[in-house]
Amino acid sequence: MTGLLAKAGLQLVLLLLVAPLLSGITKTLKARLQTRRGPGIVQFYRDIFKLFRKGMVIPETASWIFSATPYIVFVTAALVGLMIPMTTTDAPLSLFGGILAIVYLLALGRFFLALGGLDAGSSFGGLGSSREMTISAIAEPAMMLAIFTVALAANSTNLSEMAKVAVSQSWKFLAPSQMLAFAALFIVLIAETGRIPVDNPATHLELTMIHEAMILEYSGPYLALLEWGASIKQLVLMTLLVNTFFPFGLSSDWTARGLGLGLILYLTKLLLLLCLIVLVETTNAKLRLFRVPELLMASFIFGALALISTFLF
Amino acid sequence: MNTFPVGTIFALSLTAYLGGALACLAGWQKPALCRYICCGSALAGAVFGGLAAVLGILQGTPFLWSMSSGIPLFTYSFEYDALAGFFNLILAILAGAVSFYSFSYLREFEGKRNIGFFGFLFLLLLLSLTIVFTAANAFLFLIGWEVMALVAYGLVTFYHEDRETRRAGLLYIVMAHIDAGCLLLGFALLMQVSGSADFASFRTAAAQLSSGQQAAAFVFFFLGFGIKAGIIPFHIWLPAAHPVAPSNISALLSGIVLKAGIYGMARIFLGGLGVLPSWAGLLVLIVGVASAVLGVLYALMEHDLKRLLAYHSIENIGIILIGLGAALVFRAAGHPQLAAVALIAAMFHTLNHAIFKCLLFLGAGSVLHSTGTRNMEEMGGLIRPMPVTAFCFLIGAIAISGLPPLNGFVSEWLTYQSLLAGYGATGGLTRILFPLAGSMLALTGALAAACFVKAFAITFLALPRSVESRTAHEAPRSMLVGMGWLTVACVALGLGVTWFLPVFDALTEQLLGQRVGTNLISGHGLVLSAGMPHGGTVSTAVIGVGLAILLIPAVLLVSIGARRYARKRGPTWDCGLPGLSEANEYTATAFSKPLRMIFSALYQPRREIQAVFDVSPYFPKEIRFESEIEPTFEKRLYVPLKDLLLRVSIRMRAIQAGSIHAYLAYIFVTLILLLLFGVRQ
Repeated sequence: MTGLLAKAGLQLVLLLLVAPLLSGITKTLKARLQTRRGPGIVQFYRDIFKLFRKGMVIPETASWIFSATPYIVFVTAALVGLMIPMTTTDAPLSLFGGILAIVYLLALGRFFLALGGLDAGSSFGGLGSSREMTISAIAEPAMMLAIFTVALAANSTNLSEMAKVAVSQSWKFLAPSQMLAFAALFIVLIAETGRIPVDNPATHLELTMIHEAMILEYSGPYLALLEWGASIKQLVLMTLLVNTFFPFGLSSDWTARGLGLGLILYLTKLLLLLCLIVLVETTNAKLRLFRVPELLMASFIFGALALISTFLF
Repeated sequence: MNTFPVGTIFALSLTAYLGGALACLAGWQKPALCRYICCGSALAGAVFGGLAAVLGILQGTPFLWSMSSGIPLFTYSFEYDALAGFFNLILAILAGAVSFYSFSYLREFEGKRNIGFFGFLFLLLLLSLTIVFTAANAFLFLIGWEVMALVAYGLVTFYHEDRETRRAGLLYIVMAHIDAGCLLLGFALLMQVSGSADFASFRTAAAQLSSGQQAAAFVFFFLGFGIKAGIIPFHIWLPAAHPVAPSNISALLSGIVLKAGIYGMARIFLGGLGVLPSWAGLLVLIVGVASAVLGVLYALMEHDLKRLLAYHSIENIGIILIGLGAALVFRAAGHPQLAAVALIAAMFHTLNHAIFKCLLFLGAGSVLHSTGTRNMEEMGGLIRPMPVTAFCFLIGAIAISGLPPLNGFVSEWLTYQSLLAGYGATGGLTRILFPLAGSMLALTGALAAACFVKAFAITFLALPRSVESRTAHEAPRSMLVGMGWLTVACVALGLGVTWFLPVFDALTEQLLGQRVGTNLISGHGLVLSAGMPHGGTVSTAVIGVGLAILLIPAVLLVSIGARRYARKRGPTWDCGLPGLSEANEYTATAFSKPLRMIFSALYQPRREIQAVFDVSPYFPKEIRFESEIEPTFEKRLYVPLKDLLLRVSIRMRAIQAGSIHAYLAYIFVTLILLLLFGVRQ
C-alpha cells in the first residue's frame, strides 16, 4: 500500500513536471522551424506560475459547473497519468484502470469542459463545445479500433500487461498491423490534443478555434488548471503511443538504475514523437472543420486495415 | 432455508398492486384519497416485491407455484427463479422511486383529471409487469403481456385531448399487437413440439426442435420481443409514445416496460429454444449495433427533451443487445464462461439503464412540471431555480454517457471486454465483427456524451430563454426524494459494483450453468476483471477515491492564489457590444449542427430561411429559420407498407359485400375446408 502510494506520488511529480516542459519544447521547436526565436522552453512553467497568482473573473451567468470544470479536467488528466506506464512497465494504478478507463476518464474531463464552455452563455463557448464534442465523437471509433488491435495482440486492455507483452517482442512495431495502428492513433492524437491540422492552439479567431473557444471565459488559477490539465492529457496520449509501439527502455521494476535509464529513453522517444508532430503542424494548413471527418475517416480505415492484417498475418 | 417467505412476500406485493388498483377505481370521486392509495399501494407493492426479489436471489432456490385453471394448456403457474427475481428487483427499485415522485406529481391532476382511473392503470401496469416477469405458462405470460400493452396504451393516451397523443397511442397499440401476434406464433410453435404451454416443458423439449423450427421460433420471438424493446427498424412507436405520456409513466415505460422485451429474450433465447446457432447471436449483435448507433444519432437531432430521452432508450437497448448477442454467440461456440460474462454485461446494463433512464425522465418531468414545455430551446438557466433537479439530472447524464466512475461505465466496460474476448473465442471471418462492434460502441458512447452535454447545458445552464424558465421553481420534496433515490443508486452501483456482482451468480448459473461473479472480483474485492488471466481490470472505487485525493492538491493550488487576489464576478465577453442576452446563446439546434452536416446522408436535412427586409438586404427586420430532418424509416419503410396495406384492403372490399348470405357462405366453405384438413391429418 505504501509502495503503491510512493510509486503513484513519484509518477505524479514526473507527470506534473514533464507535461509543461513538453508544451514548451513544442512551441520553441515550432518557432524555430518558422525561423522565429520562440518563447523558450520554460515559458509554460512561468505562465502557470503567474496564472496561479492572479485574480479571476467569473461570468455573471455561470453556475457552479463553471467552477467545478477546471478541477475535474485537471484531476481526470492526472489520474489517467497514473494508469499509464511511463518509465517502467509497472504503472502505479494500472490494475485499477486500463486503456478503456483512460479513454472514458478523459471523456469525463471533456464532458465537463464542454459544459463549462456552454455555461458562460456566450456563442464562443457553445461553438467550441459543439465542435469539440463532434470531433471527439468521430475520433472515438478510430481510436478504439486501433486500441483493440493492440489489445488483441496482448490479449488484455491492461496497459502494464500490454507493455510487458510489447517489451518481450520489441521489434513487433515492424508488423504491418502495428504500423497501421500507429498511423491511426497518430491521427487521433492530433485530433484529441487539438493540433494543426484539426485545431490551432495558437488562434483566437472565432471561425477556427475549438479548444480555445471553450476556455475563453476562464482566467487566473482556473485557466492554469485547465492549461496544465490539457498538457498532461497531451503527455498521456503521447506516452500511450510511444510506450505501446516502441517499448524500448521500459524497465520492468522500480530500481533507481532502471528508472534512470528508462527516463532518459522515455524522454528521447517523446522528443522524437514531438518532432514528428511539430513537423506535421508546420507543413500543414489547418483543415476546414468539415474536412476533419475525412481525416478521421482515414484514421478509421487505418484502424480497420490494422485489424484485418492481424487476421491475415 | 425455507422457501415459504419468498412466495408469501411476493403474493403480498401482488395483492398490494391489485388491491390498490381496485381501491383507486372504487374511490375515483375522491381525488386526494386516490392519490394516497395509488402512491401508498405502489410503494407497498414495491417494498414487498423488492424484499421478495432480494430474498429470492439470496436463497437461490427457484420457487414454483402452480394452480390448474380447468382450461387445457392454461395453468396459473408462477416461477420465481433468479431471472424473475432480477427483473422484479429492477421493477421494485423503479416502482419505489416513481411512487414517491408521483405523490406530488399527481397533485397537479387534482380537479382536472381522474386520478382514480390513473391510479388504476398505473397499479395494473405494475401488476402486469410482475406477472410477465414471473409467469411460467405461455398463456399466463401472454395475458400479462397483453394487459401490460393495453394499460400502457391507456396511460400513453392519458392526455387524450391532444391529437398528437392520440396518434402516438394508435401507433403504439398497433405495434404492440404485431409483437403480441409474433409471440403467439412463436409460442404456438413451441407448444406444438412440447405438447404443453409450461415454460418448463419448453426447456425439456428444446432438444427435439428441428433446426428449421428453432430458426422460425427464434425469428418470431426476436420480432415479438424486439418490437417491444424498440429495436431498429421497429422503433418508430417508441419516440412517439413515450414522450406524450405523463412523465412518471414515461419513466416506467422506458425504464422497465421496454425491458420486458429483454426479459423475454433472456428467458426464451437462453432457455426454451435450446442452444441457438451462432448466426442468431450475430443477428442480435448486429441489430444491437444498428440500434445503438442510429438511436443516438436520432437523439442528437431532437430538442424535445423527452423525445431525446426516448431515442436514447433505443440506443441503450442496442447496447444491451450487443452483450446478449455476444453471449449467444459464445454459448453456440462452446464458451459458457465467456457467455456468462457477456450476459452479466447485458443484464447489468439492463439494470443500469432502467435506473438512469427513469431518473432522467423524472428529471425531465420536473422541468416540464415547472416550465410547462418540453422544448429545450425555451429552457436554460434552470440550474439556479432547480438546483437539486439539475444535480440529479447531471448524475443521470454522466451515468448514461458511460463515464466513470458511475454505473453506466461499468456495464459498458464489461461489454467491451466481452467483445474483445469474442475475437479470440470465435473463428472465421465473423470474428472481425467483434472489434468492429466495439468501435461502434465507442462511437455510440461519444455521441451519447455529446448529446447529454447538449441536453444538460441547453436545459440547465447559462441564461433562461423564456418567461417560463425565468419563473421556474424547484420540484416539490417528494419528487426530489424519488429522483434522489435513483441518483444514489447510480453512484452506489458504480462505485460498489464489486459488492453487487455476486447477485448475477444465480442468474448465470440458471441460464448458462456458470457462476463467474466471484471470478470477476480480485484485488481485495475492489477490482473488477474480465475473468481472463492477464485480461483487463478496472476499479471504479479506486478511480472515485483517486479523483477525490487528487482534488486536494488542485484545490490547494487554487486557494493559495485566490487568498491573495480577488475573485470577482463580471459580464461574459460580449465582443464589445454590450448587452449579451439569451439570444446570443448557443441553441440545441446550433449545437448539433456539425453532426447534422457530417451525417447528412442519414438525416437528409432540409432548411429554409426567410428574411423580411425593410430598406437594405443587410439589415433584415425579421428572419424565419426552419430546419428539419427526414424521418428515414417512416418515409422509406412504413409509408410504403401502409400504402400497400391500404391497397390490399381496397381489393378485399370486393369480398366484404356486407350481405349476410355471403358471410354465411364464407363460414360454410371455411368449415368444409377445415374439416377436410382435419380428416387428412
